[in-house]
Amino acid sequence: MTAAAALKQPAVKTALSVDKVAMHFGGLVAISDMTFSVGEGEIVSLIGPNGAGKTTAFNVVTGFLTPTHGDVTYRGQSLRGMKPQAIADLGLIRTFQRTSVFPNDTVYDNVLIGLHRRGRVGVLPSVLGLPRVRRLEAELKQKAAELVEWVGLGRRADDLAGSLSYGEQRLVGVALALAAEPSMLLLDEPVSGMNASETHTFVQLIRKIRDRGITILLVEHDMPMVMSVSDRIVVLNYGRIIAEGTPDVIRNDPAVIEAYLGQGVKHA
Amino acid sequence: MGELFQHLINTLVLGGTYALLGIGLTLIFGIMNVVNFTHGILYTFGAYVMFIVVQKFELNFFVALPLSIASGWALGALVELTLLRPLRGSDIDTTMLVMIGAWIAMQSATLWVWGGVAKSVPTPFPDAPLEIGPVSVSWLRLFVLVAAGALIVLTYILINRTRLGSAMRATFQDQDTAALMGVNVNLIYTSTFALGSSLAAAAGALLGPVYVVYPAMGDLAAVKAFAIVILGGLGNITGAVIGGFILALAEELGAGYISSGYRDAMGFLIIIAVLIFRPTGLFPRAERVG
Amino acid sequence: MKLLLSIVVVAALAAVPLWLSDPYLLNALITTGIFVIGAMSLNLLLGFTGQLSLGHIAFFGIGAYVSALTSLGFSVSLPFGLHVVHEPWPPLAGFAIAVLVSGLCGYLVGRLSFRVRGAYFVIVTISFAEVVRLVALNWVELTQGPLALTSIPPMQVGFPGLGEFVFRTKLHNYYLVLGVAVACYLLIARLVRSHVGRAMRGLMENETLAVSIGIDVTKTLTLAAVVSAGICGGAGSLYAHYIKIIDPEVFAFINTVTMVIMVITGGKGTLAGPVVGGLIFGLMPVALRPVMAPEAQWIAYGSALIVILFIMPRGIVPALMQWFPRMKPVTAPGFAKRGVEESA
Repeated sequence: MTAAAALKQPAVKTALSVDKVAMHFGGLVAISDMTFSVGEGEIVSLIGPNGAGKTTAFNVVTGFLTPTHGDVTYRGQSLRGMKPQAIADLGLIRTFQRTSVFPNDTVYDNVLIGLHRRGRVGVLPSVLGLPRVRRLEAELKQKAAELVEWVGLGRRADDLAGSLSYGEQRLVGVALALAAEPSMLLLDEPVSGMNASETHTFVQLIRKIRDRGITILLVEHDMPMVMSVSDRIVVLNYGRIIAEGTPDVIRNDPAVIEAYLGQGVKHA
Repeated sequence: MGELFQHLINTLVLGGTYALLGIGLTLIFGIMNVVNFTHGILYTFGAYVMFIVVQKFELNFFVALPLSIASGWALGALVELTLLRPLRGSDIDTTMLVMIGAWIAMQSATLWVWGGVAKSVPTPFPDAPLEIGPVSVSWLRLFVLVAAGALIVLTYILINRTRLGSAMRATFQDQDTAALMGVNVNLIYTSTFALGSSLAAAAGALLGPVYVVYPAMGDLAAVKAFAIVILGGLGNITGAVIGGFILALAEELGAGYISSGYRDAMGFLIIIAVLIFRPTGLFPRAERVG
Repeated sequence: MKLLLSIVVVAALAAVPLWLSDPYLLNALITTGIFVIGAMSLNLLLGFTGQLSLGHIAFFGIGAYVSALTSLGFSVSLPFGLHVVHEPWPPLAGFAIAVLVSGLCGYLVGRLSFRVRGAYFVIVTISFAEVVRLVALNWVELTQGPLALTSIPPMQVGFPGLGEFVFRTKLHNYYLVLGVAVACYLLIARLVRSHVGRAMRGLMENETLAVSIGIDVTKTLTLAAVVSAGICGGAGSLYAHYIKIIDPEVFAFINTVTMVIMVITGGKGTLAGPVVGGLIFGLMPVALRPVMAPEAQWIAYGSALIVILFIMPRGIVPALMQWFPRMKPVTAPGFAKRGVEESA
């Protein structure tokens, strides 16, 4: 399957391209000269040992940080200087590592809040409760219920999101992100803290999301998971890209093995 | 020209006490993340202790001042121990509201106990002002300037040269790391609040004799302290000192050249101007994002 | 069930004057009602967006002054030789203009301070209220300063074909305030249940996440500030035309604190909270007056605020909801910390 995806790759259009991006915090270089791209409909993973600059890269791409040098473009539009919500309006939606839900609302209401981009109507019509608004609200409620069901949280729909298990909160985060109708989804370590069976279900979900035509960029620690789900992998270490390619290529890349083993040895 | 010099002298006198107020508030905010609404009460309290010790107990003015500062320390520690310690870990809004409750209760208590009539504190200084060319300044104001300056320097030494100070600075940087390094964070919090409170009491004890002492005097002082702290950047001590002098200058010039009715509006106009042009104050603290 | 309860409460409130004729108590109910409207508007900001406005009385006072000046007329000299003369307009126009001007002030304060929120917003709103108070005190030509604006006409509503109705008596004003309060309640209820309300809730619970799904922070919060300030200005207008005299003391910080206490006690972020808290704290002075000196009352207020925050931090209404779980609140925001993602 991955081989087929690799064959397909040259034909697809570029969705996201990261061009010579560098990010400095004071004197600290978190990322230097990072260049890679993600094609439409691809699943690309960004991996690397702890402190390699993955989260920083992620925050640059989603507009939460402005890069010191370089440029990020999505479907030909530069993201430089754009506010996070404007980037969201381009269809680029992210999930979060830790605080992925609105804790004091039910799962269903979380997704309803997530549908914000579809539900924008004037304040006056919604306060007056015009028929147009009522129809839209009914549609949104329907849509929210479907999405909750779709990510497999149907039975937890009426529970407070904050009361869910870690893995389930991740699913809420994904449902929320999908509610914002992304054309590209950026997942920040979505399976960290999940057990094996939860991870397995999540991989299925990622594939299902791609099948809806959504491009996916994944930042992840879990190597087996990344290997099984990605079309392509970009490996970061000390803020630079040290390898890029299909899972098979990455698996056998000496630089990657060195980076991970080297870390392992230091920790041991 | 003489008029301008006169304003500058007044600025120095006022600015020193404003700086004391500002340092106290900014320390408490910076280290404890508490917006302290009892700050003005401590200012009032300091002034009243001064009045009571000098007038009722007929003790020396110079004995009353340290007594007033020490009482401010004690009252601050009491407020921290009874109201803030049990709420450790609560968010900033909850502590802020509790502080507002304490402020209302304490201010009404001062009104109840001491009555609404303004009182003046007798001082040992001669009535005739010191005249240097066209500028005249009363000996009392001169003393206030010197005392405020000395207290600012003492605070700096306390924070930068003592063990307590370095523990405070560590907590200011990162509370969790400080706790891991063996800093008793609870003790630091109580000391910080007590120190900030004693500085507010000192400001009241110094300015009270210059003007008059009355229960609501702290309200305006508190709002001015907020202006100073916003001006200097929340949590920035040097910023608070500079902010204190800038506010004093703005008030003096505003009252002197625009209209004395708007003297007290200067602080608020400064807040608004700062938020338009430099939203994080003149000396911001970096915040982490992402 | 909930609708039924609301109808019963409104009907009970409407029936109060049928058995209560003591003008002192009726007066207390009217001023309480006006403050409840103010508290409801404060709750829109504090309870539904998490922004604590401690200058809320400014919007109330601006509404009162604007409405009074519109209906009294004024004549002021401005710099550059300008001279503005305004002939008296009907009080209803004063009410409308009061809502608009207060809303505009809400917009300005919101735009100014929502870039930096939290403690800054609190301090900006306090400062704003103080500046407005000092202007009311010092711009004597317009506001009469400490001498107060007097002889403000009562509220008056014209019905086509039926002539004018003047809200002259306490009874008239009681029903006027009740009507406006119900309208404001419904407006706020609709707003917080709409997509705008969901955006507000999202921002309050987890701002980083809310932004990432395309919620515009400044726009949403400013909108809340405008609606909140407008409603509060309307309450101020009612106050001016009922009391008929307005002086700069209306801007006293303690009045804002009263509203805050009402909201916190009743339960911020619940629709019924400000009503419950408002009725308790609005009528408490009536109950305490025979037994306590005014200073002692304030000591009791301050202590009550502290005690409630310690034992019932979310307020009375959410506590009741817990006992009667069938009546779920529209939202039940706790005192959760603002969500700021700390990255590794």
